[in-house]
Amino acid sequence: MSVFHRFANPNRFLKLTNQVLPWVSGLTVISLAVGLYMSFFTSPPDYQQGESVRIMYIHVPSAWMAMFVYTSIAIASVCSLIWRHPLADLAAKASAPIGAGFTFLALATGSLWGKPMWGAWWVWDARLTSVLILFFLYLGHMALMNAFEEQERGNKAAAVLAIVGFVNIPIIKFSVDWWNTLHQPASVMRADGPTIDPSMLWPLMIMGIAFKLFYIVVLLIRIKSELIEAKLRKYRRAVVDKAH
Amino acid sequence: MKAFLNIVSRDLRLALRQKSDLTMAVLFFILTAMLFPFGLGPEPNLLARIAPGIIWVTALLAVLLSLERLFLADYEDGSLEQLILSSTSLEIAVLAKVLAHWLTTGLPLILAAPLIALLFNMDSDAMTILLIAMVLGTPSLSLIGAIAATLTLGARRGGVLIPLLVLPLYIPTLIFGVGAIDAAMNSLEAGAVIANARPHLLLLGAILLVSLLITPLAGAAALRQSVE
Repeated sequence: MSVFHRFANPNRFLKLTNQVLPWVSGLTVISLAVGLYMSFFTSPPDYQQGESVRIMYIHVPSAWMAMFVYTSIAIASVCSLIWRHPLADLAAKASAPIGAGFTFLALATGSLWGKPMWGAWWVWDARLTSVLILFFLYLGHMALMNAFEEQERGNKAAAVLAIVGFVNIPIIKFSVDWWNTLHQPASVMRADGPTIDPSMLWPLMIMGIAFKLFYIVVLLIRIKSELIEAKLRKYRRAVVDKAH
Repeated sequence: MKAFLNIVSRDLRLALRQKSDLTMAVLFFILTAMLFPFGLGPEPNLLARIAPGIIWVTALLAVLLSLERLFLADYEDGSLEQLILSSTSLEIAVLAKVLAHWLTTGLPLILAAPLIALLFNMDSDAMTILLIAMVLGTPSLSLIGAIAATLTLGARRGGVLIPLLVLPLYIPTLIFGVGAIDAAMNSLEAGAVIANARPHLLLLGAILLVSLLITPLAGAAALRQSVE
């Protein structure tokens, strides 16, 4: 709890961010470079899917991130509503467009993969539909956040929406088990271990880590710029007040 | 309990005195559904095939139309603040408002549905399942819609925002509502109708129970913020 409250102070948070950001950015670049190299050059083509399998190294991490970012927003929303943590609202606000981007990427790459594999850009199965709903939830969250005169009210309303919309996350996760979908069932995060070959699992995992780091970098930059913007607004108001 | 009934009867009385509000949703429902035979051609088999989807989608849109005024009048004339200040638990008040909304919107839609089913050439088995599915499904529409209605109180462009928030959350109800009727229409033996539609109806019931749990909590939280 003490750590939790320690970083409620924006200045302390900014200081830590400035220290951490270069390191995380460096790690992101390295892991993304290694991951992309492995997925495009060293990993073998699939015996059935051929070279198209390489789309998976973007598609799967994007889909993980789509759910991960939404979960983060929901957790931040809980913190914002219960403890009124000032950074939680900022984190939720900064995360939403990133999550929407990842969701869009997952849908788009899935569609590109689906055309050669399934013969259709889009099928209305449970997994695809629930991810599409997730995309709309992100859009609704963003729209609601900016729909009010006072930012505070928008933050709180969006927080309630994020928590309600969290119902969708387990539905996405288990949609492939509950329904007979065209989308294949889970092959990495399973109770009995992953079912894909290490030569494909490694690039996938590294890409997964790279995407997660990328999210952290963009999130920190966005929170930082929000904090700076708030500070600027304060200074500007002080100047105006002085002039009068 | 008394406060609950008071709020329900107050809202019902308000709705009955504003008859145009009451009939608007049903009229929209019937008129929109009647556009489809003109748009798609009057072929009876085709109409029977697409009837479940059309009835559910138009019912959903009709509910959507009525959501904005669910809390807006109370918000604008200040009675919402009175409600929050009163000793009634706000969760109960939200449920009461939703019940009144369902009685004035969902129930008329259910009553009008057989008429459209007839016009679309649906058989009696499918119609029975349609009614059961709508009894289970339309309360969920009111409940889920109430969350969006409370969240958008005082928002700029509130009316445009509600569909964006609500339609994604309506999709599961739509899927299982249509699925139940499709399953009933596809069953070959007469006795298997209920058995085939059963899983879909149970899922509709599950959605109803979940939204019955979430809506009072989320709605009350949103209402408290709206007057802060």
